[in-house]
Amino acid sequence: MCVAVPMKVVEVTEFGCVAEIGGMRKEASIMLLNDVRVGDYVMIHAGFAIEKINPEAAEETIRLMREILDSEENADEVY
Amino acid sequence: MKYINEFRDQRIAKKLTGRLAAEAGRLGSPARTVTLMEVCGTHTMSIYRHGIKALVPDTVRLVSGPGCPVCVTPVGYVDTAIELCRMEGAITANFGDMIRVPGTKSSLLNERGRGRDIRVVYSPLDAVTMAKENPKSQMIFLGVGFETTTPLIASAILTAAREGVENFSVLAAHKVMPEPMEALMSGELKIDGYICPAHVSAIIGEKGYIRLVEKYHIPCVITGFEPLDILRGITMLVTQIADGRAQVENEYCRVVKPEGNVKAREILYEVFEKSDAVWRGVGLIKDSGLAIREKYGKYDAARRFGVSAPESKENPACLCGEILKGLK
Repeated sequence: MCVAVPMKVVEVTEFGCVAEIGGMRKEASIMLLNDVRVGDYVMIHAGFAIEKINPEAAEETIRLMREILDSEENADEVY
Repeated sequence: MKYINEFRDQRIAKKLTGRLAAEAGRLGSPARTVTLMEVCGTHTMSIYRHGIKALVPDTVRLVSGPGCPVCVTPVGYVDTAIELCRMEGAITANFGDMIRVPGTKSSLLNERGRGRDIRVVYSPLDAVTMAKENPKSQMIFLGVGFETTTPLIASAILTAAREGVENFSVLAAHKVMPEPMEALMSGELKIDGYICPAHVSAIIGEKGYIRLVEKYHIPCVITGFEPLDILRGITMLVTQIADGRAQVENEYCRVVKPEGNVKAREILYEVFEKSDAVWRGVGLIKDSGLAIREKYGKYDAARRFGVSAPESKENPACLCGEILKGLK
């Protein structure tokens, strides 16, 4: 399965990185990425960081979603 | 948890559901029913887990596709894996997902009960480490998965080559994604849009679907696995259909880049090359698999031990083909 978890890089080591989520830390390979730094969020799949999360794109998506909370659209009729 | 909780907000889900219903209302009057296929098994899991089917309008039908790597692996592969695990001194490692899948006469779980050394690893690099720790054994890794997973297997093979680990090999049944999506376009089911896989797309990028869209004029939206991602992805597809557009759109832009992960693809294609592949219940699809290149032949368990997957005879009661093609 192509499940991957967003984790924060807390340490870059000789062999890869240590990444954290919800207080749990796990080592991961960074062979598939260029330029991984402490503080980056990466998607971890089976012990490998497969991609970095683009924080600006993530914030923009979250902003767009929250915007509709304040909109006039009313979803009550579908419930 | 950052980048998870934000995409599970129920209040936003409610609003997105309303927006989806409004967009579905634009599909025509009386509203036509559209069929959207979520290609990836992880999307299927997420759709059920979060009750998404109850949130979409009746006119939007969601069907599952051929994107579960275990489900599409033919029974002949399992038989070969069992043959290898029975060899003297063999250790077989896998991600745990192959262990219950029945072969013709047995499963890896049964074989483990009979005392074969079958291990579950988290990372393919763990299997390389185990090979080093057991120099007198043959470590055979069961390589099953799509473009998300195959670069990891390629990295493990490159690591074994670099570190001179001679007793590590991979029984490979890797597959690629866009090809079966093209194959389904000439199938029995009329698909109106594809919910494209999240992490396969992280590797192949938006450009991976351009040929599909141009050739078949089918809307494709790359969608994340969280519930709000899925609601957004479905809405984007319905909007494209209502507008009469067919484009590659990227809902999951926080992870998927237009060009994908170039470095991961370089590593993948250093070790693997495209090949024809058999999909359980579907049959042979041209160029839909990945085989280990000759250059890395000694890490290919099939070459090393002279085995090849026998022609698969699926159980006649098996419905995998119908399910994988979205017919059931």
